[in-house]
Amino acid sequence: MGETGAAARPWILLSPALATVAFLLVVPVLFIIVYSFWLRTATGAELPGFHLDNWQLVFGDPFYRDILLGTLRIAAITTLFCALLGYVPAYVIAMSTTRHKTLLLLLLILPFWISYIIRTMSWINILGSSGALNTVLVGLGIVPEPVQMLYNEATVILGLVHFLLPFMVLNVYVSLDAIDRNLLDASRSLGASSLQTFREVTLPLSLPGLAAGGLLCFVLAAGTYITPLVLGGPRQAMFANLVFEAVITQLNWPLGSALSIVLLVVLGAVVMVYNRLVGLGQIARSFG
Amino acid sequence: MTGWNFLRLYTVAVYLFMFLPVAVVVLLSFNSRQFGSFPMEGLSFRWFVELWNNDAIVRAFRVSLLLAALTAVISTVLGILAALALVRYRFPGKNTITTLLIAPILIPEVVLAVALLLFLRWLDMPRSFLVLLLGHVIFTLPFVLLVVQARLVAIRPEYEEAARSLGANPLQTFFAVTLPLLLPAVFAGMLFAFTMSFDDITGTMFWKPGGVETVPTQIFAMLRHSISPEINALGTVMIVVTVALPLIGMGVARRLAASRS
Repeated sequence: MGETGAAARPWILLSPALATVAFLLVVPVLFIIVYSFWLRTATGAELPGFHLDNWQLVFGDPFYRDILLGTLRIAAITTLFCALLGYVPAYVIAMSTTRHKTLLLLLLILPFWISYIIRTMSWINILGSSGALNTVLVGLGIVPEPVQMLYNEATVILGLVHFLLPFMVLNVYVSLDAIDRNLLDASRSLGASSLQTFREVTLPLSLPGLAAGGLLCFVLAAGTYITPLVLGGPRQAMFANLVFEAVITQLNWPLGSALSIVLLVVLGAVVMVYNRLVGLGQIARSFG
Repeated sequence: MTGWNFLRLYTVAVYLFMFLPVAVVVLLSFNSRQFGSFPMEGLSFRWFVELWNNDAIVRAFRVSLLLAALTAVISTVLGILAALALVRYRFPGKNTITTLLIAPILIPEVVLAVALLLFLRWLDMPRSFLVLLLGHVIFTLPFVLLVVQARLVAIRPEYEEAARSLGANPLQTFFAVTLPLLLPAVFAGMLFAFTMSFDDITGTMFWKPGGVETVPTQIFAMLRHSISPEINALGTVMIVVTVALPLIGMGVARRLAASRS
């Protein structure tokens, strides 16, 4: 490469990654938008063209709307619990003066590395009919026979919180750790109590981290279909389960495309609002 | 200080919540009982031996390891090249390009999975190992890029400029100066991609050809019957692979970084 090619050099370096994203992501997403207007006939053949049937089904049938709203509700509850459970440990680790701070943080985000499917199914060992909790309850004579605790909405949320909590802890920790300690000392020396200092200084400064963690928890929870399959009952289908059903089970690809786009647009709107309010750069900070 | 003590207790409770279910999986995998449940009778390695003798599981392991290794190499190469361009050069449209390259994180994996599957199918490319590999590359790429980029920002360009002024060409500079300095990040990025790929189930369920299983989809298929001690044993092996490997990797990366400074 000679000096004359200097202007082209970044584009040469970028081209493999850009081509990958363009060919494997941008074009396929545009493709399923077109695909959602095709039809799948009774014989299984596909009818290209501009048909609104899939969209009429998705928007007209209350079944889809109810599951979409249910999915957003489950994602919101999950996010709330992640914030409640995740903020305090992140705060304690960030504010503690121990030498083992990094180790403590590492320990709490370690589950991030433990397989998702293993962590999800691990609750069957705890809550299942022959799981730890039932064994204890029956053993102590509190209940005569094992209680059915699994396969409902609460266990789906439990599984999601267990899966997503490390994302929240990490993001909150990053924003708390970046707070200038002098600000806290200044607040205290001006007469604020520790609770006031937290409310007036620490909490507002950690909000971007809380928002970043919240966004990740919400979007990841709303896009899941494995947790409801493992920990939910037949009535706990989430929106992504409908996508999976349509594409893999029913082989109705045009309908699956339309459902995917609904999920993309709804969650995309959430990301967009977040980007306006906080900025996506906050999430990248956790990688530093 | 009772308030602070309460917060510490709360923190301990959260740690327990995170680790107890996982600890139970590991504990039950050594259960000598026929069924994978409480009460435990004694300790035994029989379920690990059974795993080893189970052809389907050994096959799933081979698929997962190969897939994760290839994903790690491809994603890291693409990620390093792109990170170099984004950090070391100034050019118009950089923000748009960054957003575009990060886009796979922002799009729900289910949507990404459907889009890729249906598009490749339209191109007459049915579900295959290649589709699986392409899928894994696209969703790991942004993470590798972010990890390498964060590290590259911290490496001062003066080292590279010194090499250039001493007469090295860009390629020589990259291999003699930039790459060695970047090695910890390369390592971290590869491990990131490897464990993410090894653990993925959301996209994999869409992309995998019939009859081919990775370890997570194999576990998922086994869960359909009942939770057997074998699943717990497989879970223990998964935990070792996805936790021990990054920890060893981080240790190596730290050693590499320390020997250089």
